[in-house]
Amino acid sequence: MGLLNSFCRKSPKLLKLYSGSFTVDRGKRVLVRTLPSKFPKDIVETIGSLVVDAFKEANEAQVPLRQLEISYPSFKITARELQGGAIVFLSQNNFSPAHTTPKSV
Amino acid sequence: MMETTDPVTLTRQRILVVDDDPAILETYKGLLEQLPSKPEIHTTVSGQRALAMLEGGGYKVLVCDLKMPKMDGLQVLSIVRRKYPMVRTLAVTGVVDEQFRSRVYSIGVDLYWHKPTNEQEMKQFLECCESLLSPDDGGFRGVQSKSLMDIIQLECMSQSSSVLRINNGTATGKIWIQDGEVVDAETEGLLGEKAFLKIFSWETGSFETQHAEPGRQRTIFKPYNSLLLESAQALDEIRGGESSKEQEPSDASRLAQINGVEFVLAIETKSGKTAFARGLENPEGVAAWTRRYIQKFEELGERLHTGHLGQIDGLGPQRQLTATRRNGTQFCIGWKNSMDREEAREVVKKVISLWAC
Repeated sequence: MGLLNSFCRKSPKLLKLYSGSFTVDRGKRVLVRTLPSKFPKDIVETIGSLVVDAFKEANEAQVPLRQLEISYPSFKITARELQGGAIVFLSQNNFSPAHTTPKSV
Repeated sequence: MMETTDPVTLTRQRILVVDDDPAILETYKGLLEQLPSKPEIHTTVSGQRALAMLEGGGYKVLVCDLKMPKMDGLQVLSIVRRKYPMVRTLAVTGVVDEQFRSRVYSIGVDLYWHKPTNEQEMKQFLECCESLLSPDDGGFRGVQSKSLMDIIQLECMSQSSSVLRINNGTATGKIWIQDGEVVDAETEGLLGEKAFLKIFSWETGSFETQHAEPGRQRTIFKPYNSLLLESAQALDEIRGGESSKEQEPSDASRLAQINGVEFVLAIETKSGKTAFARGLENPEGVAAWTRRYIQKFEELGERLHTGHLGQIDGLGPQRQLTATRRNGTQFCIGWKNSMDREEAREVVKKVISLWAC
Protein backbone atom coordinates (compact mmCIF):
# COMPACT_ATOMS: atom_id res chain seq x y z
CA MET A 1 0.00 0.00 0.00
CA GLY A 2 2.94 2.25 0.74
CA LEU A 3 3.82 1.92 -2.92
CA LEU A 4 0.40 3.20 -3.97
CA ASN A 5 0.66 6.15 -1.64
CA SER A 6 3.50 7.51 -3.68
CA PHE A 7 1.11 7.75 -6.67
CA CYS A 8 -1.38 9.64 -4.59
CA ARG A 9 1.01 12.51 -3.82
CA LYS A 10 -0.44 15.87 -4.61
CA SER A 11 0.91 17.17 -7.92
CA PRO A 12 1.98 20.81 -8.01
CA LYS A 13 -0.95 22.97 -8.99
CA LEU A 14 -0.69 24.08 -12.60
CA LEU A 15 -1.90 27.49 -13.52
CA LYS A 16 -4.64 27.19 -16.07
CA LEU A 17 -3.83 29.26 -19.12
CA TYR A 18 -6.51 31.10 -21.02
CA SER A 19 -6.79 32.83 -24.33
CA GLY A 20 -7.77 36.45 -24.25
CA SER A 21 -6.38 39.95 -24.49
CA PHE A 22 -5.66 43.05 -22.48
CA THR A 23 -4.37 46.55 -23.05
CA VAL A 24 -1.69 48.25 -21.05
CA ASP A 25 -0.72 51.92 -21.10
CA ARG A 26 2.79 53.39 -21.20
CA GLY A 27 2.75 53.54 -17.40
CA LYS A 28 2.25 49.73 -17.45
CA ARG A 29 -1.28 49.97 -16.02
CA VAL A 30 -3.68 47.31 -17.30
CA LEU A 31 -6.65 49.15 -18.74
CA VAL A 32 -9.03 46.63 -20.30
CA ARG A 33 -8.94 42.82 -20.21
CA THR A 34 -10.99 40.05 -21.76
CA LEU A 35 -9.29 37.34 -19.73
CA PRO A 36 -11.31 35.44 -17.12
CA SER A 37 -11.07 36.95 -13.65
CA LYS A 38 -9.57 33.65 -12.46
CA PHE A 39 -6.41 34.43 -14.40
CA PRO A 40 -4.08 36.09 -11.86
CA LYS A 41 -3.89 39.84 -12.08
CA ASP A 42 -0.19 39.89 -11.16
CA ILE A 43 0.68 37.70 -14.16
CA VAL A 44 -1.24 39.97 -16.49
CA GLU A 45 0.63 42.92 -15.03
CA THR A 46 3.98 41.16 -15.36
CA ILE A 47 3.36 40.36 -19.04
CA GLY A 48 2.13 43.90 -19.70
CA SER A 49 5.14 45.42 -18.01
CA LEU A 50 7.56 43.13 -19.87
CA VAL A 51 6.22 43.92 -23.31
CA VAL A 52 6.09 47.67 -22.69
CA ASP A 53 9.71 47.59 -21.52
CA ALA A 54 10.71 45.34 -24.44
CA PHE A 55 9.27 47.82 -26.98
CA LYS A 56 10.86 50.78 -25.23
CA GLU A 57 14.30 49.20 -24.94
CA ALA A 58 14.24 47.88 -28.51
CA ASN A 59 13.68 51.43 -29.63
CA GLU A 60 16.59 52.62 -27.51
CA ALA A 61 18.77 49.89 -29.03
CA GLN A 62 17.91 51.27 -32.51
CA VAL A 63 15.81 48.26 -33.54
CA PRO A 64 12.33 49.76 -33.19
CA LEU A 65 9.58 47.12 -33.05
CA ARG A 66 5.83 47.40 -33.54
CA GLN A 67 4.92 43.83 -32.72
CA LEU A 68 6.34 41.09 -30.54
CA GLU A 69 5.47 37.42 -30.60
CA ILE A 70 6.79 35.28 -27.77
CA SER A 71 6.39 31.57 -28.47
CA TYR A 72 6.39 28.76 -25.96
CA PRO A 73 5.54 25.15 -26.80
CA SER A 74 2.04 25.50 -25.36
CA PHE A 75 1.42 29.22 -25.22
CA LYS A 76 1.91 32.34 -27.28
CA ILE A 77 2.00 36.01 -26.37
CA THR A 78 1.45 38.54 -29.16
CA ALA A 79 1.89 42.20 -28.31
CA ARG A 80 1.31 45.21 -30.54
CA GLU A 81 2.73 48.57 -29.63
CA LEU A 82 0.14 51.33 -29.10
CA GLN A 83 1.57 54.79 -28.56
CA GLY A 84 3.92 53.70 -25.81
CA GLY A 85 1.50 51.13 -24.39
CA ALA A 86 0.45 47.82 -25.91
CA ILE A 87 -2.39 45.48 -26.70
CA VAL A 88 -1.49 41.93 -25.70
CA PHE A 89 -3.09 38.71 -26.95
CA LEU A 90 -2.58 35.47 -25.08
CA SER A 91 -3.34 32.24 -26.87
CA GLN A 92 -2.88 28.58 -26.16
CA ASN A 93 -1.13 26.53 -28.78
CA ASN A 94 -2.99 23.47 -29.91
CA PHE A 95 -0.66 20.67 -30.73
CA SER A 96 -0.97 19.87 -34.38
CA PRO A 97 -1.19 16.22 -35.46
CA ALA A 98 2.34 16.54 -36.79
CA HIS A 99 3.59 16.84 -33.23
CA THR A 100 1.83 13.76 -31.90
CA THR A 101 3.45 10.38 -31.78
CA PRO A 102 2.63 8.49 -34.93
CA LYS A 103 0.44 5.48 -34.38
CA SER A 104 2.10 2.17 -34.98
CA VAL A 105 0.56 0.24 -37.81
CA MET B 1 40.93 82.19 -27.56
CA MET B 2 40.22 83.07 -31.13
CA GLU B 3 36.72 83.94 -32.06
CA THR B 4 35.53 86.21 -34.78
CA THR B 5 32.16 87.41 -35.89
CA ASP B 6 31.48 89.34 -39.03
CA PRO B 7 28.77 91.99 -39.07
CA VAL B 8 25.48 90.19 -39.31
CA THR B 9 23.83 90.19 -42.67
CA LEU B 10 20.57 88.32 -42.64
CA THR B 11 20.69 87.18 -46.25
CA ARG B 12 24.11 85.56 -45.92
CA GLN B 13 24.43 81.91 -44.86
CA ARG B 14 26.60 81.30 -41.82
CA ILE B 15 29.36 78.73 -41.48
CA LEU B 16 30.96 77.90 -38.16
CA VAL B 17 34.49 76.48 -38.30
CA VAL B 18 36.04 74.73 -35.28
CA ASP B 19 39.74 73.89 -35.15
CA ASP B 20 42.23 74.12 -32.30
CA ASP B 21 44.85 75.65 -34.60
CA PRO B 22 44.25 79.42 -35.02
CA ALA B 23 46.42 79.54 -38.15
CA ILE B 24 44.26 76.90 -39.86
CA LEU B 25 41.15 78.81 -38.84
CA GLU B 26 42.48 81.90 -40.55
CA THR B 27 43.11 79.88 -43.72
CA TYR B 28 39.59 78.40 -43.66
CA LYS B 29 38.10 81.82 -43.12
CA GLY B 30 39.94 83.31 -46.04
CA LEU B 31 39.01 80.45 -48.36
CA LEU B 32 35.38 80.01 -47.37
CA GLU B 33 34.68 83.73 -47.69
CA GLN B 34 35.52 83.34 -51.38
CA LEU B 35 32.65 80.87 -51.98
CA PRO B 36 30.14 82.00 -54.63
CA SER B 37 27.34 82.37 -52.04
CA LYS B 38 29.60 84.68 -49.97
CA PRO B 39 28.81 83.09 -46.61
CA GLU B 40 29.52 84.66 -43.27
CA ILE B 41 32.35 82.74 -41.56
CA HIS B 42 32.58 82.40 -37.80
CA THR B 43 35.46 80.55 -36.15
CA THR B 44 36.38 79.18 -32.77
CA VAL B 45 39.17 77.05 -31.31
CA SER B 46 37.03 75.11 -28.83
CA GLY B 47 34.24 72.58 -29.17
CA GLN B 48 32.45 73.88 -26.09
CA ARG B 49 32.42 77.40 -27.44
CA ALA B 50 31.16 76.10 -30.78
CA LEU B 51 28.18 74.52 -29.04
CA ALA B 52 27.45 77.76 -27.25
CA MET B 53 27.61 79.65 -30.55
CA LEU B 54 25.30 77.15 -32.23
CA GLU B 55 22.79 77.68 -29.46
CA GLY B 56 22.38 81.21 -30.73
CA GLY B 57 21.08 79.69 -33.99
CA GLY B 58 21.43 80.77 -37.58
CA TYR B 59 24.24 78.46 -38.68
CA LYS B 60 23.80 76.45 -41.83
CA VAL B 61 27.08 74.51 -41.82
CA LEU B 62 29.51 73.35 -39.16
CA VAL B 63 33.05 72.48 -40.25
CA CYS B 64 34.73 70.64 -37.41
CA ASP B 65 38.23 69.29 -36.91
CA LEU B 66 38.21 65.83 -35.35
CA LYS B 67 41.34 66.01 -33.23
CA MET B 68 41.01 68.68 -30.62
CA PRO B 69 41.92 68.88 -26.92
CA LYS B 70 39.27 68.69 -24.15
CA MET B 71 36.21 68.05 -26.30
CA ASP B 72 37.10 66.24 -29.51
CA GLY B 73 35.38 66.68 -32.84
CA LEU B 74 33.39 63.43 -32.60
CA GLN B 75 31.84 64.58 -29.33
CA VAL B 76 31.00 67.98 -30.78
CA LEU B 77 29.55 66.46 -33.95
CA SER B 78 27.42 63.89 -32.15
CA ILE B 79 25.92 66.59 -29.92
CA VAL B 80 25.30 68.82 -32.91
CA ARG B 81 23.62 65.99 -34.88
CA ARG B 82 21.30 65.38 -31.94
CA LYS B 83 20.57 68.95 -30.89
CA TYR B 84 20.69 70.73 -34.22
CA PRO B 85 19.69 68.23 -36.92
CA MET B 86 19.20 71.04 -39.45
CA VAL B 87 22.86 72.09 -39.28
CA ARG B 88 24.86 70.41 -42.06
CA THR B 89 28.04 68.94 -40.69
CA LEU B 90 31.42 68.43 -42.24
CA ALA B 91 34.20 66.63 -40.36
CA VAL B 92 37.79 67.30 -41.35
CA THR B 93 40.85 65.47 -40.19
CA GLY B 94 44.54 65.16 -40.92
CA VAL B 95 44.52 61.49 -39.88
CA VAL B 96 43.79 58.88 -42.53
CA ASP B 97 41.84 56.28 -40.61
CA GLU B 98 38.96 54.15 -41.92
CA GLN B 99 37.63 53.60 -38.40
CA PHE B 100 37.37 57.34 -37.92
CA ARG B 101 35.50 57.60 -41.20
CA SER B 102 33.01 54.89 -40.17
CA ARG B 103 32.47 56.44 -36.77
CA VAL B 104 31.89 59.86 -38.27
CA TYR B 105 29.30 58.53 -40.73
CA SER B 106 27.67 56.38 -38.07
CA ILE B 107 26.79 59.46 -36.05
CA GLY B 108 25.18 60.98 -39.13
CA VAL B 109 27.72 63.56 -40.22
CA ASP B 110 27.07 64.78 -43.78
CA LEU B 111 30.62 64.69 -45.03
CA TYR B 112 34.01 63.42 -43.97
CA TRP B 113 37.10 65.04 -45.43
CA HIS B 114 40.83 64.63 -45.11
CA LYS B 115 42.38 68.06 -44.77
CA PRO B 116 43.02 69.22 -48.32
CA THR B 117 46.70 68.96 -49.22
CA ASN B 118 46.75 70.25 -52.77
CA GLU B 119 44.95 72.70 -54.98
CA GLN B 120 42.67 70.08 -56.55
CA GLU B 121 41.53 68.77 -53.16
CA MET B 122 41.03 72.29 -51.91
CA LYS B 123 38.83 73.04 -54.91
CA GLN B 124 36.74 69.94 -54.23
CA PHE B 125 36.49 70.80 -50.56
CA LEU B 126 35.18 74.26 -51.36
CA GLU B 127 32.67 72.80 -53.84
CA CYS B 128 31.43 70.53 -51.06
CA CYS B 129 31.01 73.43 -48.67
CA GLU B 130 29.11 75.37 -51.31
CA SER B 131 26.83 72.39 -52.01
CA LEU B 132 26.01 72.13 -48.31
CA LEU B 133 24.98 75.76 -48.31
CA SER B 134 22.50 75.42 -51.15
CA PRO B 135 18.93 75.63 -49.83
CA ASP B 136 17.46 72.81 -51.91
CA ASP B 137 20.27 70.46 -51.14
CA GLY B 138 18.99 67.01 -50.34
CA GLY B 139 22.43 65.62 -49.66
CA PHE B 140 25.87 65.85 -51.13
CA ARG B 141 26.14 65.65 -54.86
CA GLY B 142 29.22 65.68 -57.03
CA VAL B 143 32.79 64.53 -57.14
CA GLN B 144 34.35 63.91 -53.77
CA SER B 145 36.91 61.90 -51.84
CA LYS B 146 34.50 59.36 -50.43
CA SER B 147 34.46 55.66 -51.13
CA LEU B 148 31.74 54.13 -53.25
CA MET B 149 30.58 52.22 -50.18
CA ASP B 150 30.04 55.51 -48.34
CA ILE B 151 28.05 56.96 -51.22
CA ILE B 152 25.79 53.93 -51.57
CA GLN B 153 25.28 53.66 -47.83
CA LEU B 154 24.33 57.31 -47.63
CA GLU B 155 21.86 56.99 -50.49
CA CYS B 156 20.32 53.81 -49.10
CA MET B 157 20.17 54.95 -45.49
CA SER B 158 18.32 58.07 -46.55
CA GLN B 159 15.85 55.85 -48.45
CA SER B 160 16.69 57.73 -51.65
CA SER B 161 15.75 56.88 -55.18
CA SER B 162 18.42 57.82 -57.68
CA VAL B 163 20.79 56.61 -60.34
CA LEU B 164 24.45 56.77 -59.46
CA ARG B 165 26.68 57.22 -62.47
CA ILE B 166 30.28 56.33 -61.78
CA ASN B 167 33.21 57.13 -64.06
CA ASN B 168 36.47 55.29 -63.72
CA GLY B 169 38.86 56.43 -66.44
CA THR B 170 37.21 55.42 -69.70
CA ALA B 171 34.79 53.02 -67.99
CA THR B 172 31.35 54.08 -66.89
CA GLY B 173 28.91 52.27 -64.65
CA LYS B 174 25.46 52.91 -63.32
CA ILE B 175 23.81 51.81 -60.10
CA TRP B 176 20.06 52.15 -59.74
CA ILE B 177 18.80 52.85 -56.23
CA GLN B 178 15.08 52.70 -55.50
CA ASP B 179 13.60 53.59 -52.08
CA GLY B 180 16.88 52.91 -50.32
CA GLU B 181 17.68 49.62 -52.06
CA VAL B 182 20.11 48.83 -54.85
CA VAL B 183 17.90 47.37 -57.59
CA ASP B 184 20.23 47.11 -60.60
CA ALA B 185 23.71 47.89 -61.89
CA GLU B 186 25.25 47.99 -65.33
CA THR B 187 28.77 48.35 -66.69
CA GLU B 188 30.90 47.06 -69.54
CA GLY B 189 28.27 44.61 -70.77
CA LEU B 190 27.61 43.27 -67.27
CA LEU B 191 24.30 43.54 -65.43
CA GLY B 192 22.99 43.06 -61.90
CA GLU B 193 25.24 41.81 -59.13
CA LYS B 194 28.16 41.09 -61.46
CA ALA B 195 28.11 44.67 -62.67
CA PHE B 196 27.78 45.93 -59.10
CA LEU B 197 30.85 43.97 -58.03
CA LYS B 198 32.81 45.26 -61.01
CA ILE B 199 31.90 48.88 -60.24
CA PHE B 200 32.54 48.31 -56.56
CA SER B 201 36.09 47.21 -57.36
CA TRP B 202 36.95 50.66 -58.73
CA GLU B 203 38.98 52.44 -56.12
CA THR B 204 38.89 55.87 -57.64
CA GLY B 205 36.56 57.77 -59.89
CA SER B 206 33.94 60.39 -59.99
CA PHE B 207 30.32 60.13 -58.98
CA GLU B 208 27.27 61.83 -60.31
CA THR B 209 23.75 61.41 -59.00
CA GLN B 210 21.04 61.40 -61.63
CA HIS B 211 17.26 61.37 -61.39
CA ALA B 212 15.61 58.14 -60.28
CA GLU B 213 14.25 55.72 -62.87
CA PRO B 214 11.37 54.05 -61.04
CA GLY B 215 10.56 51.85 -64.03
CA ARG B 216 13.96 50.15 -64.00
CA GLN B 217 13.59 46.38 -63.85
CA ARG B 218 14.95 44.97 -60.61
CA THR B 219 17.75 42.43 -60.95
CA ILE B 220 19.29 42.74 -57.48
CA PHE B 221 17.12 41.54 -54.62
CA LYS B 222 19.54 41.50 -51.71
CA PRO B 223 19.27 44.17 -49.00
CA TYR B 224 21.84 46.86 -49.65
CA ASN B 225 23.94 46.13 -46.58
CA SER B 226 24.18 42.42 -47.44
CA LEU B 227 25.11 43.39 -50.97
CA LEU B 228 27.81 45.78 -49.78
CA LEU B 229 29.13 43.28 -47.29
CA GLU B 230 29.27 40.46 -49.81
CA SER B 231 30.87 42.68 -52.42
CA ALA B 232 33.49 43.88 -49.94
CA GLN B 233 34.23 40.29 -48.96
CA ALA B 234 34.37 39.16 -52.58
CA LEU B 235 36.80 41.98 -53.32
CA ASP B 236 38.95 41.09 -50.34
CA GLU B 237 39.08 37.53 -51.57
CA ILE B 238 40.01 38.60 -55.10
CA ARG B 239 42.69 40.98 -53.85
CA GLY B 240 44.09 38.55 -51.33
CA GLY B 241 43.79 35.69 -53.82
CA GLU B 242 47.48 35.37 -54.62
CA SER B 243 48.63 35.27 -51.02
CA SER B 244 45.90 33.09 -49.56
CA LYS B 245 44.08 31.21 -52.27
CA GLU B 246 43.28 28.27 -50.05
CA GLN B 247 41.88 30.41 -47.28
CA GLU B 248 38.19 29.60 -46.68
CA PRO B 249 35.83 32.22 -45.26
CA SER B 250 35.34 31.66 -41.55
CA ASP B 251 32.11 30.12 -40.30
CA ALA B 252 31.30 33.42 -38.66
CA SER B 253 31.62 35.45 -41.84
CA ARG B 254 29.47 32.90 -43.70
CA LEU B 255 26.61 33.76 -41.35
CA ALA B 256 26.28 37.24 -42.73
CA GLN B 257 26.38 35.96 -46.31
CA ILE B 258 23.06 34.16 -46.09
CA ASN B 259 20.56 35.74 -48.44
CA GLY B 260 18.15 38.09 -46.78
CA VAL B 261 19.97 38.40 -43.48
CA GLU B 262 20.28 42.01 -42.36
CA PHE B 263 22.13 41.39 -39.16
CA VAL B 264 23.38 38.55 -37.00
CA LEU B 265 24.30 38.67 -33.37
CA ALA B 266 25.53 35.71 -31.32
CA ILE B 267 26.04 35.94 -27.57
CA GLU B 268 27.62 33.37 -25.27
CA THR B 269 24.88 32.66 -22.76
CA LYS B 270 27.20 31.92 -19.83
CA SER B 271 29.52 34.89 -20.09
CA GLY B 272 27.07 37.25 -21.78
CA LYS B 273 29.86 38.17 -24.20
CA THR B 274 29.06 39.03 -27.81
CA ALA B 275 30.70 36.28 -29.84
CA PHE B 276 29.74 37.63 -33.26
CA ALA B 277 28.02 40.76 -34.54
CA ARG B 278 27.51 41.80 -38.13
CA GLY B 279 25.26 44.39 -39.77
CA LEU B 280 24.30 46.32 -36.64
CA GLU B 281 24.95 49.95 -35.84
CA ASN B 282 24.55 49.36 -32.13
CA PRO B 283 25.52 45.73 -31.43
CA GLU B 284 25.97 46.25 -27.70
CA GLY B 285 22.50 47.73 -27.30
CA VAL B 286 20.89 44.92 -29.28
CA ALA B 287 22.93 42.32 -27.36
CA ALA B 288 21.75 43.78 -24.05
CA TRP B 289 18.13 43.70 -25.28
CA THR B 290 18.48 40.09 -26.47
CA ARG B 291 20.08 38.88 -23.23
CA ARG B 292 17.57 40.65 -21.06
CA TYR B 293 14.38 39.60 -22.83
CA ILE B 294 15.39 36.01 -23.51
CA GLN B 295 16.02 35.72 -19.78
CA LYS B 296 12.85 37.58 -18.75
CA PHE B 297 10.56 35.57 -21.03
CA GLU B 298 12.25 32.33 -19.99
CA GLU B 299 11.48 33.20 -16.39
CA LEU B 300 7.91 33.97 -17.36
CA GLY B 301 7.64 30.60 -19.12
CA GLU B 302 8.87 28.83 -15.97
CA ARG B 303 6.33 30.69 -13.89
CA LEU B 304 3.49 29.80 -16.23
CA HIS B 305 4.74 26.21 -16.82
CA THR B 306 4.45 26.67 -20.55
CA GLY B 307 7.68 24.90 -21.41
CA HIS B 308 10.94 26.47 -22.55
CA LEU B 309 10.85 29.70 -24.47
CA GLY B 310 10.91 28.93 -28.19
CA GLN B 311 11.71 32.31 -29.65
CA ILE B 312 10.88 35.99 -29.60
CA ASP B 313 9.87 37.41 -32.96
CA GLY B 314 9.82 41.14 -33.43
CA LEU B 315 8.30 43.06 -36.30
CA GLY B 316 9.55 46.58 -36.88
CA PRO B 317 8.82 49.26 -39.47
CA GLN B 318 11.84 48.28 -41.55
CA ARG B 319 12.91 44.87 -40.41
CA GLN B 320 12.03 41.84 -38.38
CA LEU B 321 14.09 39.98 -35.87
CA THR B 322 14.15 36.70 -34.05
CA ALA B 323 15.81 36.23 -30.69
CA THR B 324 16.36 32.67 -29.57
CA ARG B 325 18.71 30.40 -27.68
CA ARG B 326 20.44 27.19 -28.79
CA ASN B 327 23.19 25.18 -27.13
CA GLY B 328 24.68 27.85 -24.93
CA THR B 329 24.39 30.65 -27.48
CA GLN B 330 21.77 33.35 -27.75
CA PHE B 331 21.03 34.69 -31.21
CA CYS B 332 19.38 37.77 -32.55
CA ILE B 333 18.89 37.60 -36.30
CA GLY B 334 17.36 40.38 -38.37
CA TRP B 335 15.94 40.40 -41.87
CA LYS B 336 14.00 42.68 -44.20
CA ASN B 337 10.24 42.92 -43.87
CA SER B 338 9.89 41.82 -47.48
CA MET B 339 10.86 38.26 -46.52
CA ASP B 340 7.93 36.02 -45.62
CA ARG B 341 7.62 34.13 -42.36
CA GLU B 342 8.50 30.71 -43.72
CA GLU B 343 11.61 31.99 -45.49
CA ALA B 344 12.60 33.78 -42.30
CA ARG B 345 12.24 30.60 -40.24
CA GLU B 346 14.51 28.81 -42.69
CA VAL B 347 17.05 31.63 -42.49
CA VAL B 348 17.08 31.45 -38.70
CA LYS B 349 17.60 27.67 -38.82
CA LYS B 350 20.38 28.10 -41.36
CA VAL B 351 22.20 30.71 -39.27
CA ILE B 352 21.97 28.56 -36.17
CA SER B 353 23.14 25.41 -37.92
CA LEU B 354 26.03 27.29 -39.55
CA TRP B 355 27.03 28.60 -36.16
CA ALA B 356 26.91 25.07 -34.73
CA CYS B 357 29.40 23.98 -37.42
